[in-house]
Amino acid sequence: MKKTDVIIIGAGPVGLFAVHQLGIKGIKAVVIDNLDKAGGQCIELYPDKPIYDIPAVPECTGEQLTTRLLEQIKPFKTEIYLNERVDEVLQERDNWIVKTNNKKEFIAPNIIIAGGVGSFEPRKISLKEAEKLEGQSVFYSVRNKEKFKNKKIAIFGGGDSALDWALELSKYSKITLIHRRNEFRGAQHTLSELRKLEKKGKVMIRTPCQIISLDNEKELKSITIQFDDGKTEIIPTDIMLGFFGLIMKLGPIAEWGLNMDKKTIEVNPENFETNKKGIFAAGDICSYPGKLKLILSGFHEVALASVECFKRARPNEKYRFEFTTSSKTIQDRLGKK
Amino acid sequence: MPKIIYKDYQGNSKSIEVENGLSVMEGAIQNEIPGIDADCGGSMACATCHVYVDDKWFEKIPKAEDAEADMIDMAFEPKKNSRLSCQIIVDNELDGLEVTTPEKQT
Repeated sequence: MKKTDVIIIGAGPVGLFAVHQLGIKGIKAVVIDNLDKAGGQCIELYPDKPIYDIPAVPECTGEQLTTRLLEQIKPFKTEIYLNERVDEVLQERDNWIVKTNNKKEFIAPNIIIAGGVGSFEPRKISLKEAEKLEGQSVFYSVRNKEKFKNKKIAIFGGGDSALDWALELSKYSKITLIHRRNEFRGAQHTLSELRKLEKKGKVMIRTPCQIISLDNEKELKSITIQFDDGKTEIIPTDIMLGFFGLIMKLGPIAEWGLNMDKKTIEVNPENFETNKKGIFAAGDICSYPGKLKLILSGFHEVALASVECFKRARPNEKYRFEFTTSSKTIQDRLGKK
Repeated sequence: MPKIIYKDYQGNSKSIEVENGLSVMEGAIQNEIPGIDADCGGSMACATCHVYVDDKWFEKIPKAEDAEADMIDMAFEPKKNSRLSCQIIVDNELDGLEVTTPEKQT
């Protein structure tokens, strides 16, 4: 079990800035996130979209914001545990124990939940057969490319994941790319590469259509798609890959005994503590009178929560408010000479 | 006040008076219509207020922007008449608008 001062759940902008606010106070933290990279919604939903309301940053994309935050917290050498979903939170005297789906365990006097709207999970196809075949011939991500070689693969979706994997897997497999409308929202240069391959007969592109059935006995043989005009087509298929985007699920957070208001956690706006001592919530997931779901509000919320975390992590020390511009201690912690 | 008709996937329907200027999503939330979650609060950052607009109304409401169409890709079982109800603003022209909520909003 790993011991630390604060367990931060969620590696979005607010979780990352929490590392900073704790770090300058000399408080250690770990960050845990369900996704495979830091950035949260900024990376998953709008990596290329400009954000215009970060103070003193007239314009930056979700990806740039994440990169800069990671740069800003580098001095604290904080461990970020990715691909880990927090499943359980248990109390042990004045400490909290956190367990993940991969059986990792952490213990700390404080938890900051900066979980946005919960955890992201791939949206799945709602056909019964798809459920049965999941993991064998129906997939929602590519973990091991070897499995996808020399196969007939149907890829569904219109975003970057669908386009990127269609292009990549077309090197050694027969690809049919299928999307519910004619427009693809993924990168246009990837799409034009795919259109070139389509002309050469290496990739098939089918729009606007949706899947209506998977035809299988023991294993997947073909799929049937239906076009908007009602026509259907049977496509011989070994593997179906679906990239229908991610859905946000509150997940296990609802079971930790916290006072909730719909899908948000009620907090005290003085220190962003929940009804459980030592568990804090900040960012989109917290609610209090006047709450705005803005990144800048989340930054404010973790700044205040970090003070209370200090008091619980260092009960015998007095908290002293300091400015980064003038505090020698903070500058040392930031590695500035 | 214009009336909006909210139907669920089983065909049950409710007719609700919604103030001009509110979105079809806000009308649903204020009147606790099940099947519209609106997790992001109307900022086009989720697809949990997804509805199917009745065919006779679909062409009458302003078309979806690209960002809305992109987000609908992520909705549960999108169809040709899919819209995000947070992007449909109620006015007198829409009196009698019929929308159907999908089986689930996850």
